[in-house]
Amino acid sequence: MIDKPRQYYFHSNSPPLFSDIVKTFRALAPAVDFWSLRLVDQRLERITVRQDRTEPPANRRTLGAHITVFDGGGAGYAATCDLSRSGLNTAVHQAIDWACATADIHLIGREEHAMPQRSGRYQSTIEQPWHSISIQDKQSLLIRLNRRLKAHDAIVDWWASLEYLNNGVMLVTPDVEIVQSVVHITPSLAAVANREAETQIRSYGSDNAAQAGLEQLSRIEFEEAAGRVAEEAVALLHAPNCPSGMRDLLLMPGQMALQIHESIGHPLELDRILGDERNYAGTSFVTPEMFGAYRYGSELLNVTFDPTRPNQVGSYRYDDEGAAASRQFLIKGGILKRPLGGMTSQRRAGLEGVANSRSCSWNRPAIDRMANINLEPGETSPEEMIASVERGILMETNRSWSIDDSRNKFQFGCEIGWLIEQGERKGIVKNPNYRGISATFWRNLKAVGDASNCAVMGVPTCGKGEPNQAIAVGHASPPCLFEVVDVFGGA
Amino acid sequence: MNTQYYFFLLVDGLNSHLRPNEVLLCSLTGEKSDFIRLNRNRVLQAGSVRQIELSMDLIEGHRHASAQCNLSMQEERDISQLLGLMDALRHQRQALADDPFLYYNTTPVHSEQIDDNRLLSSHEVVREITAAAEGLDLVGLYAGGRLYRGFANSLGQRNWYSTANFNFDWTCYHRADKAVKSRYAGSEWSSDRLQQKLEHVRTELRSLQRPALTLKPGRYRVYLAPDAVSEILSTVAWGGFGLKSHRTRQTPLIKLAQGTRSLDPRIRLAENCAAGIAPRFTDRGFITPEEVVLIDGGRHAGYLVDSRSAKEYRTPVNAGSEYPRSLDLAAGKIEPDDLLTALDTGIYINNLWYSNFSDRNDCRITGMTRYACFWVENGRIKAPIEVMRFDESLYHMLGEHLIGIISERELILDSDTYERRSIGHMHLPGLLIDRFSLTL
Repeated sequence: MIDKPRQYYFHSNSPPLFSDIVKTFRALAPAVDFWSLRLVDQRLERITVRQDRTEPPANRRTLGAHITVFDGGGAGYAATCDLSRSGLNTAVHQAIDWACATADIHLIGREEHAMPQRSGRYQSTIEQPWHSISIQDKQSLLIRLNRRLKAHDAIVDWWASLEYLNNGVMLVTPDVEIVQSVVHITPSLAAVANREAETQIRSYGSDNAAQAGLEQLSRIEFEEAAGRVAEEAVALLHAPNCPSGMRDLLLMPGQMALQIHESIGHPLELDRILGDERNYAGTSFVTPEMFGAYRYGSELLNVTFDPTRPNQVGSYRYDDEGAAASRQFLIKGGILKRPLGGMTSQRRAGLEGVANSRSCSWNRPAIDRMANINLEPGETSPEEMIASVERGILMETNRSWSIDDSRNKFQFGCEIGWLIEQGERKGIVKNPNYRGISATFWRNLKAVGDASNCAVMGVPTCGKGEPNQAIAVGHASPPCLFEVVDVFGGA
Repeated sequence: MNTQYYFFLLVDGLNSHLRPNEVLLCSLTGEKSDFIRLNRNRVLQAGSVRQIELSMDLIEGHRHASAQCNLSMQEERDISQLLGLMDALRHQRQALADDPFLYYNTTPVHSEQIDDNRLLSSHEVVREITAAAEGLDLVGLYAGGRLYRGFANSLGQRNWYSTANFNFDWTCYHRADKAVKSRYAGSEWSSDRLQQKLEHVRTELRSLQRPALTLKPGRYRVYLAPDAVSEILSTVAWGGFGLKSHRTRQTPLIKLAQGTRSLDPRIRLAENCAAGIAPRFTDRGFITPEEVVLIDGGRHAGYLVDSRSAKEYRTPVNAGSEYPRSLDLAAGKIEPDDLLTALDTGIYINNLWYSNFSDRNDCRITGMTRYACFWVENGRIKAPIEVMRFDESLYHMLGEHLIGIISERELILDSDTYERRSIGHMHLPGLLIDRFSLTL
């Protein structure tokens, strides 16, 4: 059922349209070395049903302009939600003033600033649009899932939600216009089980954010997951703690997404390597001379930067500096190949990177980010991996993440684990954690799952930058087996 | 146009378009901020952000629908946008069931807090910083400007809060990951104060020049400086103090709440809104109490209760959100001058980083040491240490392994800038702890 048009306040191209703003801006365009205008129109809707009751839906629209000026060796920006002629004019002059004020104390040289080269368009591929069914139908689905989640008296809290984000961006320079429209959907559900002082949570979906419509729900078998999630939450209450010691570790795609994100994605960000993030997100154990020669992992480790993958949450055609995006190997055969750095960082570092300069919204400047960082499939089935393990743990669904500021010493925890003994998957264990060091962990990669078991995951909120920014990134991975990992459980 | 006047004008305009049984709640969040990002004591990115966002909840009986959008501050444009929004919310409201936990203040209470302080121009600030830090490898962010929060409803309530402040959060590096972290926050910029802080940094950097020690995993006597304590409490705050998380058994303090574990009797933790650093009105029109005691005498003492939980669990509202924004840990008796003597031999930890739960039911937290942390022997700083991972329960840190609490506290203004500049803060002492577990 299609909603009536007036319900479309948050998702129509209601005024002011980008083209009107661009026209106004071009009339104000300053006589400087370079200027750009980035317009962002983000609309978010979220429907949550918790404990069988619909919570107040979230509806948010944010619309604004980010103006960048390079002039006389300096650079500055101004961001505003006042898109009137006077509002844009004020912002233009603020940006110019910043360029002027920083010309002799700017870190980035005049020739290092990136400027877009060509115009283009990008739009997410959607099969079943978010608004193709009514809010009542979405609520009905979530209420149905709530009933499945409350499968046992021990379930003390349960919820299911759907989030829709439509992010329209237009980047304009004197010579270029790039228009991109990205649509995300993030489904999630969870069941919380409790017995006395023991609480366990199982969840599903939130790491399956995708550029997709409602077809994503059937792709990830969202409805079918509710019963399993509830059963596992209750089972965890009665499970023993994960044992401690050195064991083989089989990580399922959801946890692989986190492992890739924290100990490959972040350390390869070129702005971290250049020291820009040392006051907040941190630095990296990776140094510029490692590219081309450093053994990051075993020969089985192949990792790509791939913003071209349809439906993955971090896909786009151009980054926010206007650079055209393409698939690139970051690690091939275990050898480190190139960093995650946009054009400005590449020029500063003298290294070839990728098109990954991105901003979370109109109110923040672009910085080096992940897009889709994927671990390429191998040739081993999960059954073969399990059969090869004498003493091991299988872990699924991240619940805890912590890593040092150079992205080396990490400790991660999962919602659920299973013992693997003598080549067989055995019983559930609770509070499964493992710790390691990035620089050696990936060298212990023993087997990589085949393409048929590869899952396309997405993390909607990766935090970084000063001022802070949270952005969606994607990670596709099959299950992977690591040998000799320090695992442990709870108290 | 004056932002306060404009906000109230807009709400008055919207009120005149309400239907007879409708109630309108509006909140405003805004800032006019400058952000100067520095690396190697040079400007990496500098700019200004002006953003005003209005949140609107349109109520009829027990049904309501809400939305947020930016304001352009152009009256005709904004009124047109907001009337369209109200129409959309009326339509959406028809599709929603009654909300049993809808609860808002119906007895208007007005308030106004306007800190009329003026900040030094950001262009001048960046000149001062780069000149004063000449020769240092300084990296960080200066964020400064005016912040706005407002509430108004169709019942006539009006609340306004506006302040201008800055938060300069920076690190000076010696080499690799050996660095000194500093903060300078306030509402009146002082060049002398900046110089003093940088002088202190230079002194600490000299200590970092000594070869670093690599410690073995094990249990150590440690001093956690207030910044490190804030990292621990920020993690506990993640579901630790809200009534909803307690009633749904998700709080990491479940054993404290059930009385099966306790903390040291010297631990008193409260949400303290009395300092006036953040507004006390909520987006439902309630005024929060000056203090909500959360832990007293080492035992659980209270919860943060927002309007929805208040209705669901039939208890008074005492917070705008169930995540604390003004945590206040009581001071102890160890004089700062006696600290190194009291530590004797152990680790002086200035900063912890990237904490998370390793066993939520036991409030066990893992994270990393970061920046300037030192090995101390017989009350004297000996050497910096390489970064180490800790994994420790709050029941140990603030309980059976707590040796003492420092008598002076530090006011730490939250430097978070996700979406907008934070107005959160903590008032914390340092803690002396025995048998603190380092694992990697």
